Amino acid sequence: MIEALISHYNYWLIIILMMLGLYVVVSRGNLVKKIVGLNIFQTSVFLLYISLSKVSGGTAPILTGKPESFSNPLPHVLILTAIVVGISTTALGLALVVRIRESYGTIEEDDILIAERSQDVSERNGGSA
Amino acid sequence: MTTSPDMVIIIIDLVLLTLLCLTAFAIMLVRHLFAVVALTGAFSLLSAGLLVTLDAVDVAFTEAAVGAGISTVLMLGTLALTKRREATKPKLSPIGLMIIFLTGATLIYATPDMPKFGAADSPGLMHIVPDYIEGSKNDIAVPNIVTAILASYRGYDTLGEVAVIFTAGMGVIILLGRRREDEYGYSEDNAAFPLHPEGSDNTTGKDKS
Amino acid sequence: MRHHLILRVVSKMLIPFILLFGLYVQFHGDFGPGGGFQAGVIFAAAFILYALVFGDDQARKVIPDKALILLVPMGLLIYALTGFAGILLGGKFLDYDVLSSDPTQGQHLGILVIELGVGITVAAVMISIFRAYAGRTKAIDKEDW
Repeated sequence: MIEALISHYNYWLIIILMMLGLYVVVSRGNLVKKIVGLNIFQTSVFLLYISLSKVSGGTAPILTGKPESFSNPLPHVLILTAIVVGISTTALGLALVVRIRESYGTIEEDDILIAERSQDVSERNGGSA
Repeated sequence: MTTSPDMVIIIIDLVLLTLLCLTAFAIMLVRHLFAVVALTGAFSLLSAGLLVTLDAVDVAFTEAAVGAGISTVLMLGTLALTKRREATKPKLSPIGLMIIFLTGATLIYATPDMPKFGAADSPGLMHIVPDYIEGSKNDIAVPNIVTAILASYRGYDTLGEVAVIFTAGMGVIILLGRRREDEYGYSEDNAAFPLHPEGSDNTTGKDKS
Repeated sequence: MRHHLILRVVSKMLIPFILLFGLYVQFHGDFGPGGGFQAGVIFAAAFILYALVFGDDQARKVIPDKALILLVPMGLLIYALTGFAGILLGGKFLDYDVLSSDPTQGQHLGILVIELGVGITVAAVMISIFRAYAGRTKAIDKEDW
């Protein structure tokens, strides 16, 4: 039992972190908060990948000339690029939030939906009249 | 109980992961968005620390520079253009709770099939990675294996990622690159990236309909 | 922003070292942690700090928008053209072995060049993203500081 705990506790804590991020995305109406939640989710996926690459007793994958065991460098490469792509997409999302605020005057999801609906209704009335 | 280096790593790991969870919890509860942004910076810095203990120095470096630096600045920039407070009080969302419990339970149910934390014989290490390590020792002669894989073995991958960054940058420039003229008196002449040289007025969208 | 004397003096002292560190990370990426992605972000951080402290208009004089908009695709082009250079010299796409008479030297050269391309694109994209946000924000009045 204690062995299972030591060998998998890392994944469990990261999954809890992931779910916290997902909960922020699902439950909060504020768009900036949603993007922050998405960031938490993203970071925990990074941590999950890097946890998989860890070799106990290994070192950072940089050759020093001495024989030694390395942690798996392949996930490091994937996550390294994923982080920079992540910030680019976050910037794109935040830019969309700014444009939404300029068009609707709010960044709350509920208010945007109300504005959309009232616009739909007025358009329909205008069309039938 | 022996205090092997592994035990120390596990303790540091646990402390940092707990702190990360607490920070995420605080982000969930706080309504003031400036505080949320500050906590996000702290979150990134903590995860960079965790990445160092997991031997991913390159990734930790990137996370510290990107997460704690650039992303904080971008979020503050967004707040300056939008709002500083969340409108509604955080309340329990039953659907959200159901979703995260179902997803979390499924994921945790799947973990026993994953390789043990720190296992030297995990399948990910067995197949192509030894070739990469040998190759960067003998063929490429670059000490940093991560750089060797990133730039040489996985060059296609990295080219694609750079293209994604380029596209995202273009997207932001198209969405926000034009300065607002109406309120602040900027003209198209000193626009950051002028998109409509004739000064057309069909981009605001608010006064349509 | 005359009121922020300490900020101005300290950042004036720091910015050259940040740029130097960015260059170190860029060109030392083969040997230690680092590479184009990190160096690009560090470089961009230095320029963003400058723009935050000395104002956006001052920063636009350091890197004009026209230069920036050229730098964004340039890095990507450097990367892709290195790949095509491999084809022209008789290898495959992104095959660095043929770039030099000695395959190992060719690999070193190829990695150096494409990391430079990555660094240029990342730095330019980050600066232009920041500039796009900053261009929308009203300049803060002297009284508001």
